[in-house]
Amino acid sequence: MSRIETADVVVIGAGIIGAASAEALSAAGMRVLVVDRGAPAGGTTAGGEGNVLLSDKAPGPELDLAVASRRLWPELIESLRAELGDEVARVEWEPKGGLVVATDEDAVGPLSILAEAQREVGVEAVDLSRDEARAMEPHLTDEVAGAVHYPGDAQLQPVLAATAMLTAVRARGGEVRGWTEAHGLVFDDAGKVAGVRLGDETIACGAVVNACGPWAGHFSVAAGAPIEVLPRRGMVLVTAPLPHVVGRKVYAADYVAAVASSDVDLQVSAVVESTATGTVLIGSSRQRVGFDEALQVEVLRRLARSAVKLFPVLAGVPVMRTYGGFRPYTPDHLPVIGADPRFAGLWHASGHEGAGIGLAPATGRLLADLMCGREPEVDPARFRVDRPAVIAEVRT
Amino acid sequence: MRVRFDGVEVEAQEGQTVAGVLLAKGIRSWRTTRGGDRPRGLFCGIGVCFDCLVSVNGVPDVRACQRVVAEGDEIRTQAGAELPS
Amino acid sequence: MRRIVVIGAGPAGMAAASAAALHGVDVVLIDAGAKLGGQYFRQDALAAGDRFTLPRNVEHVASAAVWAIEPVDGGHRVHLRIGPADGPDRRGRAVEARALVLATGAYDRALPFPGWDLPGVFTAGAAQALAKGQGVAVGDRVVVGGTGPFLLPVAASLIGAGARVVEVAEANAAVTGWLGNPVGALAGWSKGGELVRYAGTLARHRVPYRSRSAVIEAHGSDVVESVTVARLDALWNPVQGSERRLEADAVAVGFGFTPQLELALAARCRVEDGFVVVDAAQGTSAPGVFAAGELTGIGGADLAASEGAVAGAAAAKFVGAAVEPPVRAMARVRSGRRFAAALNAAYPVRSGWHDWLRDDTIVCRCEEITKRALYRAVDERDVGGVRSLKLVSGAGLGLCQGRVCGRNVAELAGVDGTGFAKRPIASPIRLAELAEEEPVETPIDAEESGRVLGVEY
Repeated sequence: MSRIETADVVVIGAGIIGAASAEALSAAGMRVLVVDRGAPAGGTTAGGEGNVLLSDKAPGPELDLAVASRRLWPELIESLRAELGDEVARVEWEPKGGLVVATDEDAVGPLSILAEAQREVGVEAVDLSRDEARAMEPHLTDEVAGAVHYPGDAQLQPVLAATAMLTAVRARGGEVRGWTEAHGLVFDDAGKVAGVRLGDETIACGAVVNACGPWAGHFSVAAGAPIEVLPRRGMVLVTAPLPHVVGRKVYAADYVAAVASSDVDLQVSAVVESTATGTVLIGSSRQRVGFDEALQVEVLRRLARSAVKLFPVLAGVPVMRTYGGFRPYTPDHLPVIGADPRFAGLWHASGHEGAGIGLAPATGRLLADLMCGREPEVDPARFRVDRPAVIAEVRT
Repeated sequence: MRVRFDGVEVEAQEGQTVAGVLLAKGIRSWRTTRGGDRPRGLFCGIGVCFDCLVSVNGVPDVRACQRVVAEGDEIRTQAGAELPS
Repeated sequence: MRRIVVIGAGPAGMAAASAAALHGVDVVLIDAGAKLGGQYFRQDALAAGDRFTLPRNVEHVASAAVWAIEPVDGGHRVHLRIGPADGPDRRGRAVEARALVLATGAYDRALPFPGWDLPGVFTAGAAQALAKGQGVAVGDRVVVGGTGPFLLPVAASLIGAGARVVEVAEANAAVTGWLGNPVGALAGWSKGGELVRYAGTLARHRVPYRSRSAVIEAHGSDVVESVTVARLDALWNPVQGSERRLEADAVAVGFGFTPQLELALAARCRVEDGFVVVDAAQGTSAPGVFAAGELTGIGGADLAASEGAVAGAAAAKFVGAAVEPPVRAMARVRSGRRFAAALNAAYPVRSGWHDWLRDDTIVCRCEEITKRALYRAVDERDVGGVRSLKLVSGAGLGLCQGRVCGRNVAELAGVDGTGFAKRPIASPIRLAELAEEEPVETPIDAEESGRVLGVEY
């Protein structure tokens, strides 16, 4: 494949958000170069579980984005299938639904209130009794105080999804360049972005998208336009392949509170699901430890306990692997999607925390709509770059 | 000592591994793969490859080359992926 | 209290434990096996007692799986499960130490070929372990193949266990070629005499030994019934028309060795070209972590023991014992590495093996990923690193976690394979075991941990 020398847009970061942005931009007819300092889809995207969730979001802008994205995912997969064939479009998409379980009475009230609020904005959420929940998930603990079924929750394999979108970008005349670090921007006389520096090379382009995930803050500093995106570490346990044990995405009701929390300390709440290959993934943990990758056995221990509490049958099952990653976290827990107010031609798409897989297609679409001057489906106001929680002063 | 393999009593010695007992009886495979349903048995012999998985006393995913037999062990062929009973 | 932890009780680990213990340091020596000696000194598991004894201040923790190494202030915490392998009722234990010697050894590299997933195909190490440890031959008629001097003792062990060795197929030049050459690069190698004896055993049993040959296919429906052996050209491409079909019920293959890197990577040791980088004191890039034996380069038992002696002394010094540089062991390490380099250069793995594979040949045994599926994932998704390669191809995601397929898949896909060895959970652990609280023994003293000593000679 030939290397392109100029692009309409250079997307920095080949994770799920960069891939979805590049896919949407190339679908709009732009010539896109995607660069990543590592292997494509090898960072946060490779460290996630593949959540496409409505259930864990309270009514508000993030849920709006999630609803749009949940509708877009199957459409996008179908269009990739039509364009590139079955093999590339194989992303292990499973519209399996989610089951949120309260194992003690205290958690039932908040779960019901959340579900009621979600129903009011049109999310399907069905209150279940203990017996109904156990009929749905036969291996579930019998200590169920309350449960809500969310038929709209889904799952896919994030690396397959990201690489499928990147394959589409290449097929449309774009390029994906791994192991290539972006060092900064080049501006024209009017102060507009005119290119991006990649090592010794400068690629002329009309726009740059910062889709660096948890490293978006780093790149924004290099670009001279800092935004506040911080890493929040998470770990996942992977069991040996098992027969079918867990049908849906099943998680403990305290997960919603953990997601919304800004606590620096370790938070663990069970998220349990089977994958297409038979393994069971066990999340989730949240810690703000910078980019420290050191193993902490205590985190694994608490994940194991929380999973066995939901599914006692897992007690005797071997864990063969653990992996982790860093979620891109913003102080107000909302993604950053839009134009940078300081430099024309610089755009950001990051800060999706643990929801980037689910929110990717709507994020890409929103970014492309804004860039192309189309009317966006989702109100972009709350994701603006110039909100106080996110924008930092330009460092001199 | 005596152990059972798929319900049949087998003579074993102190210090033998499950793989040692089975191979000495001429048994070459004691697992099937979960994808292709293919027979598998010992491969690396030193605990690295996880190919020789077997169920011991109701617990699957035990490496036959590493597990030393104990009196009365109930050893069973492992069919694909199994849950502990 | 001065204490170190040594992981692995093969030649390197035993030597490290002894050296540290002789300097008055308490040693916790951890190994998966029931007896000392590791793979090289594989003991007869059916015989009573242990043929090795170690100094009294060495605590040998046998039948123990190290499933994680966790960095803590001033050192490392080593997490163990002790008891029947892979059982649900193993005992948990966590040991902390300021100095750690990693001597986790290596295992056979197996190259894929059509039929290599049939029962009856073994690694050379499996044939050796079963013969020496369990008194069992893996088959009645066995073909031994691969490369390197290790094939000779494997064949001899098989004969000793009652098998008929049909043929030994060496993919490179004959091992025996340089045995008689007093001026060759390997002249004076201490293992030369041993090899001459093995060669004698093979000759007495009229075992054909063929160089530049390999088993390129195993045949059978549910078990090996025969194999195809072919002559190889210099790049290991099979020579057309040279194929011969041999009746056999077992194949034992080994193409050199792969180091067990996961614990070294967990301890954040720097790895280059597939091996842990060490200094003259066997110190790794991680303070307080020393490595010895095959982890640092494939070199055999004598070199491993010498490195172990150096590493054990350095670890003792690191925790404050008075230690003079072990100059004689260090000299043996230097000369041993020269021989090892010559030996490894004489027995490379050539890329022609890629063409032994057919489209439907399995490359990842656990997940049953074929060559076709691997190449399709590489071609269509253009991934440039191991982490994403695993997730798009499925190779390396099974229970062995890429131990068997990692190097081969990385070579076929053209990526650096070190990432396959990143296994923070170094050995499977059942969820109930993981959920259990482990008491931490003699935690590192906070005051002590303030000192970080380097060991330089």
